[in-house]
Amino acid sequence: MRRPPKDVIQSTRSIGRRTLIMGGLQLGVLGAIGFRLRDMQVKQADQYRMLAEENRISMRLLPPARGMIFDRNGIAIAANEQNYRVVMVREDAGDIEQVLARLTEIIDIPPDTLTRAIEEMRRRAPFVPVTILERVSWDDVAQINLNTPVLPGVQAEVGLSRYYPMGEDMAHVVGYVGPVSDYDLGQIENPDPLLQIPRFEYGKTGAENRLETDLRGKAGTRRIEISAAGRIIRELDRQDGIAGKDLQLTIDARLQSYVQARLDGESASAVVIDLENGDLRAVVSSPSFDPNMFVRGISVADWQALMENKYRPLAAKAVQGTYPPGSTFKMVTLLAAMEAGVITAEDTVYCPGHADVGGTRFHCWKRGGHGNMNLHESMKQSCDVYYYDIAQRVGIDKMAEMARKLGLGLRHDLPLSAVATGIAPDRDWKSSVRGETWRIGDTVNASIGQGYVLTSPIQLAVMTARLATGNEITPRLLRLIDGVEQPSGIGPSLGLNENTLRRLRASLDAVCNHNRGTAYGSRILTEGRMMAGKTGTSQVRRITPDERAAGVISNEDLPWERRDHALFVGYAPLDNPRYAVSVVVEHGGGGSAAAAPVARDILLQAQYGGPPPLDAYPANLREQIAAQQRRIADRIPAGTRSQGRA
Amino acid sequence: MSYLEYNTKSVPVGLRKLLYLHWPLILLLIAVACAGFLMLYSVGGGSFTPWVEPQMKRFALGLAVMIAVAMVPIWFWRNMSFVAFGGSVLLLIGVELFGDVRMGAQRWIDLGFMRLQPSELTKITLVMFLAAYYDWLPFERKSHPVWVIVPVLVILVPVALVLQQPDLGTALLLLMGGGAIMFLAGVHWAYFATVVAAGISMIIAVFQSRGTGWQILQDYQYSRIDTFLDPANDPLGAGYNITQAKIALGSGGWTGRGFMQGTQSQLNFLPEKHTDFIFTTLAEEFGFVGAMTLVVLYALIVLFCVASALSNKDRFGALLTLGIALTFFLFFAVNMAMVTGLTPVVGVPLPLVSYGGSAMLVLMGAFGLVQSAHVHRPR
Repeated sequence: MRRPPKDVIQSTRSIGRRTLIMGGLQLGVLGAIGFRLRDMQVKQADQYRMLAEENRISMRLLPPARGMIFDRNGIAIAANEQNYRVVMVREDAGDIEQVLARLTEIIDIPPDTLTRAIEEMRRRAPFVPVTILERVSWDDVAQINLNTPVLPGVQAEVGLSRYYPMGEDMAHVVGYVGPVSDYDLGQIENPDPLLQIPRFEYGKTGAENRLETDLRGKAGTRRIEISAAGRIIRELDRQDGIAGKDLQLTIDARLQSYVQARLDGESASAVVIDLENGDLRAVVSSPSFDPNMFVRGISVADWQALMENKYRPLAAKAVQGTYPPGSTFKMVTLLAAMEAGVITAEDTVYCPGHADVGGTRFHCWKRGGHGNMNLHESMKQSCDVYYYDIAQRVGIDKMAEMARKLGLGLRHDLPLSAVATGIAPDRDWKSSVRGETWRIGDTVNASIGQGYVLTSPIQLAVMTARLATGNEITPRLLRLIDGVEQPSGIGPSLGLNENTLRRLRASLDAVCNHNRGTAYGSRILTEGRMMAGKTGTSQVRRITPDERAAGVISNEDLPWERRDHALFVGYAPLDNPRYAVSVVVEHGGGGSAAAAPVARDILLQAQYGGPPPLDAYPANLREQIAAQQRRIADRIPAGTRSQGRA
Repeated sequence: MSYLEYNTKSVPVGLRKLLYLHWPLILLLIAVACAGFLMLYSVGGGSFTPWVEPQMKRFALGLAVMIAVAMVPIWFWRNMSFVAFGGSVLLLIGVELFGDVRMGAQRWIDLGFMRLQPSELTKITLVMFLAAYYDWLPFERKSHPVWVIVPVLVILVPVALVLQQPDLGTALLLLMGGGAIMFLAGVHWAYFATVVAAGISMIIAVFQSRGTGWQILQDYQYSRIDTFLDPANDPLGAGYNITQAKIALGSGGWTGRGFMQGTQSQLNFLPEKHTDFIFTTLAEEFGFVGAMTLVVLYALIVLFCVASALSNKDRFGALLTLGIALTFFLFFAVNMAMVTGLTPVVGVPLPLVSYGGSAMLVLMGAFGLVQSAHVHRPR
């Protein structure tokens, strides 16, 4: 349909006219806005400028109190303490150099802190308060308040900051907070505006980091009126924030401190699991560090000392470290073979001291050999050849499957930094990760926990807990969030043959309590508190045929970093297990000499809830143990001896 | 005009269309958006986060949307007008039923990747609808009462839905925008005179009746109106923003306090300094000169659109371009009038400058329509 041209012409003309009228109206509105702006910005500018100076109303965020962290008995692990800081407003100070010079006469300010503060003041807007010094003593605050007239723009403010009363004993579990960095902000989507507050405390590692959102809380706001001099005239209104949630961990602070003290001087780690609920009672890495150093800002010298220490104090070895498990892995090999039905408990293997597999000679730790070995004897004496043999019969894939069933080679979900996955190797793993085919020698190495097998102390403790109960126990670190109980770590039965488990446990009993067992020297005498377990010694170097011919060099003659790792996993009491423990002493030598005694002391401490009576120990050790107990009692921090608030 | 009347032979084809875009208009849009980035950078405390970066991405997306829309022939958009308007009314109803409540008002539909504000969309689709309507309606029937009632009802439907949310600012913009297009289309001036007269006399009646025996509204409703008209009565509540905004504007002076040196903005006195009140930051930091420069840039955008419309012989294209230019004008004029205290505060953002996603995208889409009308105009 074509329109009559008349219609088009009329409408075009009409639209043009109306647009002209509309344009006139628009011009009028714009003119009004322009005049209004001129009125305000040119004519009355001075008046408004004065208002802006006199009446600066500012919205400030109120940081909420960070949630506290307690141990299972209510002892504070992470708390907040009041601290005073000195802030300065450049605009109010006038000559900042002069004011700072006067300030340094009154209180002690390190020169680098001073230059940093001056820099920050230059960079920021003149009316923004800049922190000069934190953690100022009350005396200094009083001095500053007395001298206010000569210190324009300087003020003392009070704030909260994180404090770790247990110091280094909890450092690897709780982690630490530090001023939020650009890197931290980059990690989060939609960061909370709170994190924009300069030097806001943010969880950097450990539980502080992983549970950051629970601990942080919600910001409050306050609107304040500020005078031209930058002083707060009055608060208009205030909305308090919501404090972060309090958390309770499953850790027993007293046991934790004990274990930390017991491991003192070694590069070692230990984990204690409560078999009733999977609670981690202690997760200890030694040596440790003082997390308070990081909150306050660590000095270069302290940082370098930590980095250069060959025992790596910053590493949370109990969860991050992975080690070849050595003979403690024999339980996995054994269970895999028994469950697959390739051996029976009575089947014997002859140990001549070595086995030849695929053209390579694999040695037993005992040069002359053990003779005929069955399940019980092989475990008790930790014969290697027996396991070389049964591993070849069952195959690596079944062994890896059993390892994962027992909690090795997989990452346990704990609110800690960099929890290690470890390696439970099988054919697929080797071809996909290393691009090589699996060889029979790899199976032989894996059977005694060498070669590609890597486990973390926490995985070993979980394995022990599962063997001791037959149930799928998962470790639990977080007990309560804001009073709400977290799910327990007790899972269903693993479905392993009860008879096999009983025989295995009997052999672990023999390891500790029969006089030819590898941990007999670390037995516990007290009825009802006795220990069962397995020693492990894992090589970190290869022994050449020449060296073997000349006699293997003993650990004492080797440099520290080439010595064997010493391991022990165990549980107690024997008949009704309550606690499982794993101990790894890096380069500690033999598992029976270096790790088993530590595990014994930890299990006794856990069962007695304090120092055990000396008659739990064999008579020849009591004097030495008494001295050790005195030494440790001196070292445990006072705070953990008494009950805190729950 | 029907499709057959479009002289498709004279219209550029394919990528050649890019050459026929209204490039000066695009440059102006970019200039205004850059002013926005600058101000968001300032109120963000000298940082690209949290505002500048997402805003830049959205503007880039908006430019792409604009060019994509411009490539599509204008007769397609005309045929889509009824569908588009119907769709946005359905979305408005959807907000009523499933919307997110934010800042006390129900305005958003969460699509997952972005939040859609259907009332933004409606501002444009209403213009499209009315332009298409008057394009279709023979000119001599424009003032016939029946043909006047239809668009009035069409305008009132979204207005009522938006008022439900409640979003007074957008409702007023829809009402004014819709009425203005009817005016431009040539509806007899007597209708407008009647409406204006009726409105004025009603307002007078409401106020005159106050305190007398035949008072129309309740007392509390009067006190609300008082606060709305004169926020200074409630300096810590509704009046807080506007009082502070005036101080910011006024203290800017001739040339402003300097980039990032505005105490009012930098001290966080305004909760919505990055959205509705961003103009005050600009006026504080760049003064009268800066503020007027922005006003002139805006006015030029409107002027370019009007010039393009008047040289367009296609009635739909012309009405659409005029309608969008008018809507754009209403946006910034109402926002500026509001922050300068000329009119009461209603929530209207400053177009292309205020931080906000769906407003920016919808507006750029609308300029795409303007470009499409420009490219495909009969020659």
